[in-house]
Amino acid sequence: MSISTYKVPIGPIHPSLAEPMTFNFEISGERIQSVDLAPGDNHRGIEFMGRNRNIVQIIYLAERICGICSASHPFAFCRAVENAAGIEVPLRAEYIRVIIAELERIHSHILWAGIAAEELGFNSVLYLSWKVREEVLDLLEMLTGNRINYGMFMIGGVRRDITEQHIPRIKKTLQYYKDVYQQLEDIFLKDPSIALRTKNVGIMTYEDALHLASVGPTARASGVKKDVRQDQPYSAYADMDIKAITPDVYSGETNGDVYDRIIVRILEVFQSVQIIEYCIDNLPDGEILSEPKIIKLLGLLKKAKGEGVGRHEAPRGEVIHYVKLNEAENPEVWKARAPTYNNLMSWLPMLQRQEVADIPIVIASIDPCIGCMDRVTLVDSNTNKKEVLTREELIKLSIKKTRRILG
Amino acid sequence: MSGGSIVIFILNILGALIIAVLGIMVGLFYKGIDRKLAAMLQSRVGPPIRQPFLDFFKLMIKENIIPENAIPWVFNGAPILALVSTITILFYIPFGPIPALLGNSGDLILIVYLLAIPAIALVTGGFSSGSTYASIGAQREMVLMMSYELPLVTTIIVLGWRLNLAFPGLKVFSLAALSANPIWGLIGPLGFIGALLLFFTLVIVTPAELSIVPFDIPEAETELAGGVLVEYSGRNLALFELANAVKMLVMGALTIALFFPYNLSPLLSLTGFLAYIVDIVFFFFKLFIVIFFEATFIRVAIARFKIDQASTAYLIFLSATGLMGLLLIAIDYII
Repeated sequence: MSISTYKVPIGPIHPSLAEPMTFNFEISGERIQSVDLAPGDNHRGIEFMGRNRNIVQIIYLAERICGICSASHPFAFCRAVENAAGIEVPLRAEYIRVIIAELERIHSHILWAGIAAEELGFNSVLYLSWKVREEVLDLLEMLTGNRINYGMFMIGGVRRDITEQHIPRIKKTLQYYKDVYQQLEDIFLKDPSIALRTKNVGIMTYEDALHLASVGPTARASGVKKDVRQDQPYSAYADMDIKAITPDVYSGETNGDVYDRIIVRILEVFQSVQIIEYCIDNLPDGEILSEPKIIKLLGLLKKAKGEGVGRHEAPRGEVIHYVKLNEAENPEVWKARAPTYNNLMSWLPMLQRQEVADIPIVIASIDPCIGCMDRVTLVDSNTNKKEVLTREELIKLSIKKTRRILG
Repeated sequence: MSGGSIVIFILNILGALIIAVLGIMVGLFYKGIDRKLAAMLQSRVGPPIRQPFLDFFKLMIKENIIPENAIPWVFNGAPILALVSTITILFYIPFGPIPALLGNSGDLILIVYLLAIPAIALVTGGFSSGSTYASIGAQREMVLMMSYELPLVTTIIVLGWRLNLAFPGLKVFSLAALSANPIWGLIGPLGFIGALLLFFTLVIVTPAELSIVPFDIPEAETELAGGVLVEYSGRNLALFELANAVKMLVMGALTIALFFPYNLSPLLSLTGFLAYIVDIVFFFFKLFIVIFFEATFIRVAIARFKIDQASTAYLIFLSATGLMGLLLIAIDYII
């Protein structure tokens, strides 16, 4: 018997999506038969804008790639430039960078938890968890002057110091999150109606996670022990012993479902609390910038030549920035790869054979950030239509380019 | 037709108009309270209590869009059908000391049928609006309706049956008779537990009747962008909102009439006009408590179910609860 299906488009504008992205579903009854992704509605040409600016100006641009990862992108970008130009970062600055990055992880994960609850139709939890999130935002505002776009990062260090007066306030926030942990666990991991909607929903197996190169909590929830902070320790993370968190730490088993992704994120909030605690207790003395004079720094970067890669474990997974400097004011190439780009294909196995009611929570479960991810949109200038290149066409184009380079 | 019956006829029409207007206003008012209370439970400020009225007036001046591939007369007719049928129920339900307007000509069985009509109107409206989202929503509404009817009917039949055993001569399904002899007075301790189970059944059926979380599956904002109501706008949507507000009042009043018909005036030994006022105030207080537990509290405490989970919950668990209540009351009677 053949199954008759009907098409349901979700997106580009839909209440469960915060950003434009299209999913074309083939559905029979309430079951999803197949799904096709059509991204490309949110391309902002940010890399092109970057190539017309100098390095210090790009930091502010990188901060605005994503509203939530506004510490992760400049972190990765600064590391890429420092890598290319061979700049050493003072130790104190490395610690402050890590403190900001981990505070950002706390606020990002709690924000995600609230959104996930809203997708389940559990609005009370949305309001309660966002109330919990305010505490860390207040702290970030006190440390950096801003709630979201911190403006902390600078090539060769950070722009603001964390002084003695800040320490008690930071400790108060850490204590607050330790106190509130039990509540978060009760709400998200022990509530029967949340468990009913998230257990055995949107499963991605260990093999799929490896095969599709998923990153971040999405991969870790499937049992892949993958974390840049653990695999290739950098910055102040190298002084700590950080272990990738997989759901079996909490529940003793790894299913790779939405519930496991909640576990990973809730546990990571408290991993971050511990990291910040370590950083505050061991904050070294010294400078916070290798070169405080920006004009001198720009002059230095103007003379630099080389390529650099910066990696950082953002709340959503590994973010990579690539920079090529060629003795000019502007970088020759700037490439940013956000974690959502890797996790995009994870949706396909997750959504397979799920119910319509599961679509919002499964989509939200990888914590997508479409604005970060959209890098290329092909538009035919004659017809003004969007184009999709298949794998074969891409390979053909690559071969053509290789031939051209080889002459 | 004699002179007297014409006067009664005109009085009935006048009464119906007054009840319709008052019912809508009270319904919207309680909806405002419900929203404010839910907001306080979720630790946010929430809209002012008059917000549902403002929403209604705003919707009335908005454009009323009919989709290209909708069937216009069904699409426009569905909200009117929903509102009319819910308002009709008001004529058959006593409000505290005020007896039902048409109490003699209709009973609980009629109310159960009338309660199903708004849901059917939603389904027809959803299917006729020619949108995929609305079609999925309409399918879900149908499934949900078929699931919660059994426990609802079980509760009502058991109450009537028990009353019939106690007073064989009575018109047992008339709400006046049921309110005059509350179930709690007819039964022993075992039956008390049974009646509690029946009450629980009715409380859990109410969120589905009102399509609020956790049983707002047909509308499911984050999944279906409004589901059955996705294509509705302007006046049509306003009528559906009104129907929903009135339905909230109906479900509250029904619960009170079936389970808590007690009045305060006999206790305070008041008579005449004062007793009337006290009882009406007490009725609205009871309504507030009932709506708080049937609608507000449930909707802030649980996540939305999936349609299969909701269907299982109603058809198996809640029906079992209702039948268990029946069994306990039966055993109580035999003993």
